[in-house]
Amino acid sequence: MNWEVVIGLETHVQLTTASKIFSGSSTAFGAAPNTQASVVDLAMPGALPVMNKGAAERAVKFGLAIGANINRRSIFARKNYFYPDLPKGYQISQFETPIVQGGGLTITLDDGSTKFIELTRAHLEEDAGKSVHEQFDHESGVDLNRAGTPLLEIVTEPVMRSGKEAIAYAKALHNLVRYLDICDGNMQEGSFRCDVNVSVRPMGQKEFGTRREIKNLNSFKFMQQAIDYEVRWQIEQIEDGKKIVQATVLFNPDTGETRAMRTKEDAMDYRYFPDPDLPPLVIDDAMFDRIKASMPELPESKCARYMNEFKLSEYDARLLSQDRATSEFFETAVNAKADPKLVANWMLGELSASLNREEKTIEQSPIRPSQLAKLVIRVADGTLNNKKAKELLDHLWTAPPIAATFNMTLPAPTFGLAATVAPRQTEETDIDDVIEAKGLKQISDVGAIEKIVDEVLAKSSAQIADYKSGKEKALMSIVGMVMKASAGKANPAQVNELVKKKLS
Amino acid sequence: MSWNTFATVAETKKALDAKQVSAVELAKHYLSRVSSINPALNAFITIDPEKTLSEALAQDNRRAKGEAAPLLGVPIAHKDIYLIDGWRTTCGSKMLENFVAPYSSTVVKNMADAGMVTLGKLNMDEFAMGSSNETSYFGTVKNPWDLSRVPGGSSGGSAASVAAGLTPASTGTDTGGSIRQPAMFCNLTGLKPTYGVCSRYGIIAFASSLDQAGPFAQTAEDCALLLSAMAGFDPHDATSLDRPKEDYSRDLSKPLKGLRIGLPKEFFGDGVAPGIAKAVDEALDVYRKLGATTVEVSLPNVKYSVPAYYVVAPAEASSNLSRFDGARFGHRAKDYTDIVDMYKRSRAEGFGAEVKRRILIGTYVLSHGYYDAYYLQAGKLRRLIAEDFKKAYEVCDVVMGPTAPEGAFQFGAKSDDPVKMYLNDIFTICANLTGQPAMSHPCGVDKDTGQFVGMHIIGNYLDEARMLNVAHQYQLATEWHKKHPAL
Amino acid sequence: MSLSAQDIERIAHLARIRVSPDEVAQVQAKLEGIFKLIDDMQSVNTQGVEPMSHGLDMVLRLRDDAVTEVNQREKFQSNAPAAADGYFLVPKVIE
Repeated sequence: MNWEVVIGLETHVQLTTASKIFSGSSTAFGAAPNTQASVVDLAMPGALPVMNKGAAERAVKFGLAIGANINRRSIFARKNYFYPDLPKGYQISQFETPIVQGGGLTITLDDGSTKFIELTRAHLEEDAGKSVHEQFDHESGVDLNRAGTPLLEIVTEPVMRSGKEAIAYAKALHNLVRYLDICDGNMQEGSFRCDVNVSVRPMGQKEFGTRREIKNLNSFKFMQQAIDYEVRWQIEQIEDGKKIVQATVLFNPDTGETRAMRTKEDAMDYRYFPDPDLPPLVIDDAMFDRIKASMPELPESKCARYMNEFKLSEYDARLLSQDRATSEFFETAVNAKADPKLVANWMLGELSASLNREEKTIEQSPIRPSQLAKLVIRVADGTLNNKKAKELLDHLWTAPPIAATFNMTLPAPTFGLAATVAPRQTEETDIDDVIEAKGLKQISDVGAIEKIVDEVLAKSSAQIADYKSGKEKALMSIVGMVMKASAGKANPAQVNELVKKKLS
Repeated sequence: MSWNTFATVAETKKALDAKQVSAVELAKHYLSRVSSINPALNAFITIDPEKTLSEALAQDNRRAKGEAAPLLGVPIAHKDIYLIDGWRTTCGSKMLENFVAPYSSTVVKNMADAGMVTLGKLNMDEFAMGSSNETSYFGTVKNPWDLSRVPGGSSGGSAASVAAGLTPASTGTDTGGSIRQPAMFCNLTGLKPTYGVCSRYGIIAFASSLDQAGPFAQTAEDCALLLSAMAGFDPHDATSLDRPKEDYSRDLSKPLKGLRIGLPKEFFGDGVAPGIAKAVDEALDVYRKLGATTVEVSLPNVKYSVPAYYVVAPAEASSNLSRFDGARFGHRAKDYTDIVDMYKRSRAEGFGAEVKRRILIGTYVLSHGYYDAYYLQAGKLRRLIAEDFKKAYEVCDVVMGPTAPEGAFQFGAKSDDPVKMYLNDIFTICANLTGQPAMSHPCGVDKDTGQFVGMHIIGNYLDEARMLNVAHQYQLATEWHKKHPAL
Repeated sequence: MSLSAQDIERIAHLARIRVSPDEVAQVQAKLEGIFKLIDDMQSVNTQGVEPMSHGLDMVLRLRDDAVTEVNQREKFQSNAPAAADGYFLVPKVIE
């Protein structure tokens, strides 16, 4: 039996507003319990919600970025149920008329192919509080600091067909929300939480199978494991003649298994109705235009621009434009007058390899864009050959930032006066200084190279003979010896040319 | 010092401004009356003389420093639905029997800024659900005119306290008639402004799209002064109207010549007690003598007010009252097996029968499969009723009729049958559904029962100043509002 | 329409209000009358009518994104039936 996997994702994205969606409490993470909970957040009698402009703006930004339809008039609804972390006994959410509808995201898979993932909708709602169950003997403790944090719930159509597609989508979405600065993407702190709906059906069947929802996955690694397990489990169940019962399941990272939390046969009746405390949310033209004008250049347009303006390949352009930090690094380097193609090569080659090896993100790169730019410029102008450039990179990677002793600008010391003397700055290590200090400069002086070539040729009668009898490899061997003799500093192109000339 | 207990707010303000009396003296006077008379009426749930006198002193000090404020030193009592920081606020319920409010409602703050002094918290139907003040956990309130009769509800204590001269004025809330109907039963003037004119922040919510704060007093002139202090935009309430403050007294002395009074035939049918119909007719004659003309109008959908209300109000209430779960404040049951049991027992113990009934109705009409037929349908009826009024206002300036079909009834007369109780509100409810302002003023006595009759005035949106003018002119020409019970 | 005992139990559970078996019959009887009253509404044809909840077409006002609240935990927990270490305490919840 050939099985088809059907996956849809619901992602809860915490928005980067300073205050909560319906109250003026702070959204800062990590505060002592209930120190960021106002009468509104605590659902005190008589408290009322007041809408945060920043939350609406971020939702619209998201909708514009994914090419969705922005409902210029959307309604907040109450989702009624009882739970200790839900103090009002209802969550303010959006039901029939969400602020964002449709749209989608293109994902790139491992094999380089792309797929467009349609989104159903995205709506605004408030986050619930948190409960702790281990701290007290017979009780649970409720902390309402998180209650009221603005969320954008983003729902896809059930169009993913593998765990890999789901992860690719989750990562692309994660990128995008950080790109747009609407979410900090911190999965450990719960800023980005994915629920995955998984079902299976025999290949070719039109009807969907019964789905189970894996909740609160907070890492891509766990997401992959959870989906893999769930799919295997569902298929086994069906093959054993058992029916899949709709359920919410939790993933246990220690056992690698998913387990049903509560069955949905007694599906919750949320009694949705429009919240009478909140008139309709209207995004007027002025607001809409302002948000549109403030949109950053998005990955798709960046990618196209990199291809057109900088003549990068689609593959390279896509990789460099995909995430904000990478694209900013790239553009900063290019703006420092480095050749875009070379910058791309170095970023996607050596720099990327070094970052991966140490599991660092580009934001954590010890090498700054301006330094990479300088390196690339020195390669282009012949000061460095590739080998020496790589040495330079390695050096910069491990060398701690030092104060350049001769080109720092400090105010002149004013003795005795309470002047503000700037603390010793840690400047970026200057490339030229290092090239100088480590003697990395390429030897391009023909005379100097010729000298070395002659010295080597004098000792290479065997190789010369091989070359003359048709073995091309012998040439490379001689070139290699010249490079070695020059401590790698000779200009390889010139060496090649010179040796060829002398042996012809 | 002898103070005329039944001095109006306007007269009291004048005396205070002329330094003939101080805030402290007034507070002492009314606290003393409360102390001797309230036990028979049970109009107050909480008194705190220390707090009251300290407030009075503070207001007198403001005056001494040369500060001016519209109602500086005038006493006020608040329905126990208004949160006041540091005061016990019960909403007439066991659920909040010991709840001390951690913040103040905006309306209370506004009145305190205007210089008013809190005399205490007033009894009410539990969670504002009732028309007779018979459902309060803290006992029924007696009508000062006849202790065997109800004062009306849900703002029973607010009405009884003013009628009995325990306070010159009080605040109430009106969701389906809870200011206007008690005003009629106790021979007072009471007003529910346009939805959004007064802030709901800090007022315990019953039905969010219907609730409004409003004043009780002996005269329309007083209500105008009080409303001017209460009303105003509040950034803490998303349903608060963002508009400049109004002086609601500005049109009081306009003559009524040319006023067109619309009389909906639906308000003058068989359901109205004949004695009430007669009193209203006589009052309309007074209005005609003052220069007004009357014209028959029709509100064909107004008969659906009561069913629509008894869907919308319970639905919204069922959701608003979910926060009362014994978790963070309020009554928590002593014994329970788990958290769900804790919720169920705390709420069963904390809420009275009427409140529980309405929560169940509300839960049902919102539940899966019933939303369209009930809540959505009721919402559509609201619009039809509003459109009926819109048409009526093309030919009239205000709509009038009796405030209630029957006058103050005996205790227990309607408490068996919820539907009988609900029909009390048959005339008042439409103004809550549409959000229009409405008020009741004394206009006579039902000669068959001896009970007071109220004239109900429904205005177009934001037309409070005109309505108050209309009632004031009537009160200049009549004496009904000047009667006081012998207490 | 009339409510069955099961309906009452289901709604009571949704509303988290304990209704004992003897109370169910009482509740049923009282609600019967109220539902008859409400059902009057069904006869009106409201096709094409937009529902209304606020008379003057209100639009949601937007507040600037700024922190305006300060920590008042002690005051706000003074009414709590049970609290410790800054948490509100409730019977243990098993997920």
